[in-house]
Amino acid sequence: MNLLELRGITVTLPERPRPVLAGVDLAIEEGELVVVSGPTGAGKSTLLGVISGLVPRFSGGTLAGDVLLEGTSIVHRPPRERAAEIGYVGQDPAAGFVTDTVEEELAYGMEQLGLPPATMRRRVEETLDLLGIAELRDRDLRSLSGGQQQRVAIGSVLTMHPRLLVLDEPTSALDPTAAEDVLATLTRLVHDLGVSVLLAEHRLERVVPFADRIALLTGDGGLRVGDPAEVLADSPVVPPLVELGRALGWDPLPLTVRDAKRRARALDLETVTPDAPRSSVATQPSSSAGRIETPTAALSVRKLAVARGSVTVLDRVSLALHAGSITALMGRNGAGKSTLLWTIQGSQKRAGGSITVDGSDPATLSAEQRRSHVGLLPQTASDLLYLETVGAECAAGGPRTRQILDRLVPGIPDDRHPRDLSEGQRLALALSLVLAADPPVLLLDEPTRGLDYAAKRSLAGILREQAATGRTVLVATHDVEFTAQVADAVIVLAEGEVVSDGPVRDVVAESPSFAPQVMKVVGTPWLVVDEIVAALAREPEPQP
Amino acid sequence: MARLARDLHPIAWWLWAIGLASYASQTTNPYLLLLLIGVAALVVSARRSDQPWARTFRLYVAAGVVIVVIRVGFRILLGGGFGGTVLFTLPQIPLPDWVLGITLLGPVTRESLLAGLYDGLRLAAIVIAVGAANALANPKRLLRSMPSALYEVGTAVVVAISVLPQLAESAQRVRRAQRLRAGETGRRGRLRRFVVPVLEDALERSLSLAAGMDTRGYGRAGTATPRERRVTGALMMLGLFGVCAGAYALLDQTFLGGPWHPAVAGMRLRINRGAVVIVVSVTVCVAGMAAAGRRVGRTVYRPDPWRWPETGVALVAVALGRVGSWVAQNQYAIAGPDLGLAPQISLTALIGILIGLLPAVIAPAPRLTDAAQPSEREPRTMQAAA
Repeated sequence: MNLLELRGITVTLPERPRPVLAGVDLAIEEGELVVVSGPTGAGKSTLLGVISGLVPRFSGGTLAGDVLLEGTSIVHRPPRERAAEIGYVGQDPAAGFVTDTVEEELAYGMEQLGLPPATMRRRVEETLDLLGIAELRDRDLRSLSGGQQQRVAIGSVLTMHPRLLVLDEPTSALDPTAAEDVLATLTRLVHDLGVSVLLAEHRLERVVPFADRIALLTGDGGLRVGDPAEVLADSPVVPPLVELGRALGWDPLPLTVRDAKRRARALDLETVTPDAPRSSVATQPSSSAGRIETPTAALSVRKLAVARGSVTVLDRVSLALHAGSITALMGRNGAGKSTLLWTIQGSQKRAGGSITVDGSDPATLSAEQRRSHVGLLPQTASDLLYLETVGAECAAGGPRTRQILDRLVPGIPDDRHPRDLSEGQRLALALSLVLAADPPVLLLDEPTRGLDYAAKRSLAGILREQAATGRTVLVATHDVEFTAQVADAVIVLAEGEVVSDGPVRDVVAESPSFAPQVMKVVGTPWLVVDEIVAALAREPEPQP
Repeated sequence: MARLARDLHPIAWWLWAIGLASYASQTTNPYLLLLLIGVAALVVSARRSDQPWARTFRLYVAAGVVIVVIRVGFRILLGGGFGGTVLFTLPQIPLPDWVLGITLLGPVTRESLLAGLYDGLRLAAIVIAVGAANALANPKRLLRSMPSALYEVGTAVVVAISVLPQLAESAQRVRRAQRLRAGETGRRGRLRRFVVPVLEDALERSLSLAAGMDTRGYGRAGTATPRERRVTGALMMLGLFGVCAGAYALLDQTFLGGPWHPAVAGMRLRINRGAVVIVVSVTVCVAGMAAAGRRVGRTVYRPDPWRWPETGVALVAVALGRVGSWVAQNQYAIAGPDLGLAPQISLTALIGILIGLLPAVIAPAPRLTDAAQPSEREPRTMQAAA
């Protein structure tokens, strides 16, 4: 018997003319990992919400159809009555924490279920060990890193021994290594404990290797469920690996790097080189050792130090970025990426060092002058927005804002509320507000969170365009595929220090966690599928 | 004999602090009050943990000093009419006729200063006793040991406490973000640019917290039938209403017809009706809570144990209160010293206060989080080595 079954689920959300889900059927068996994918706005979170019971109770709208748990209808049960069987972890785990220490958070759900104290104690200890967070037991939840918080959130529903675990983008805020840890934990639960897992994820490259089946939301309310290879063959959202397989006509499609590597042996890439070498002289960053201050640097940072209380956040960070280059800033959660961006922007006080943008130090400028020197798109881009319509936001942002927005993403109507825009459109609106002051340096903090492949590609295009007009772009990101797509150079921060700095091909080639899938398959210097396709399309030329 | 470090039950610490405060409220003797403050400070320094709330004791001491200064200051400012030995005279500020009876500045007498000092010290001692309880008892654990009928209220308070720092953090983030764009610069425009995103953020956070709590089973119906729930609700409401009415009757003797003088076995008793109402109402409340608690399908993870140290500290609290009221009733000159004479203390009063020091020995040493950190680092370095 199926563990969970959705029958003819139709969900209509308020202010949306068409149903988000239209007659969706889905059956989840015991002990399998199902990945829900699809373009942004196709209803991934809604589908998960139907299962946890949050839709329509927390979202509004109407729900038709039936949800069966082991043959019993639970569609009329509120989320709290489903908690014992269905564990749900939302997009931002920190926002769902009720208590303040790890141990109490793990016990919270069991307290609600009224389990005897001895059982609770035993399960807490087991869960601490299972997730490898025993050393965190007394820690304040807010002092944990993103990956640790995610694992505690998973643990806090696991203690209730649910049959099904529902996770909404569990790795979207995590750096590549932490994401792998969380996914490895989930796989272990599926294999060892027989828990079923249903998870929604944008970055398919991270989850496809672990998936038993994929449920693809087609965007028109439909759902296609099947074997990963089968579904991904013509899915609009695919990881680079599958894209490569499709481009080269591999059948069956490779789902893991290992599969693809075996197929790639037949490829003859020895005699060709990437078409567009992303390291012209103008974009070549100076090497980290023996740095020479070049006069052409649009942004130069020397021996920057930032401390928060007694903690050193950044230590002797030096970089020089050239006009028209795009640099990716990578590193662990909490490595100091955001702090570096805010310090360059001038809002964050620094303990030492110098920053020069366009001949002046942003820290000494007024807020208005700063805007025309350094533009910064913060992590929560919606913090920039406060008006009711896109038109009003553009009017308040200055005369050029609307024009810039139309160039970035054409066709957003004036009377839309910014909250009703898609993630990508809202990001573009915030970006045009920042660009309205025409800053020569543009900083972006984690802009790809919540964007699907198409939106990321269009963001990459926007950034390339900005760089082409001579702007210097620095992007802090966890997304290795986005870095491979867009960056000329990469800077890696660890514990507040620069640990590597150089052209993108060199830096990511050295690191197992920052290498994009294509490079893992075919080796250096290949970064993205398009390069390989373009190179193979050309006649192999004799090398000098 | 080495005892294991553990946190004493928060209610035991609160009882002890109430004992100190009740002693302090029954005397104006400055020596006794200073001793009480000293006892509180000593016990706090001996038994506090290294959690954030443990560092708040200093704030309460500072508040105590401010209280004393204000009290004495007001005596100088307004105490012109107080009789006694004049210490010095300040120029008196003439006031119009309609504020009859109030003089500003003027002669300052020793008695008026001392009265202000004693009064201030008494209030300061009570405040510092409360501060000691706050520093010693984990406020969150205190809420967790509430009767399960009040569990929902307790959770709401915990959530409210944790929301405040989040609100401050989001306000800071929005202020920084809004400077990154052009926009309205007028006073209303600036306010709007700040308030709208902060409120949106707060609303979103509350919704996701509510969703998080709901999906984790918060507010499950339990096994109570609707009728049982109505009965407990009615009992609680009736009880609370009775407590309010009784308290009012205690303060306003004419309410409910004043004291009641029934003749029992030939003796005329004097019974305060307000007190009777309060006792009955509290009983009704307790019955309601017990009824509700029995039917709530919820348990507590690692509840704080109540062992002999807790009982010991509670007994100390009772002793403090008893000695305080005995001294106030039988040694009037000690409890409320004459302003013209040097205050004295009696052996009973002194021993009564020193009993308050016992919890520093009775209570086990608190669990320190610092001690946990070395073992916490080990696995990481091992991982790094691997």
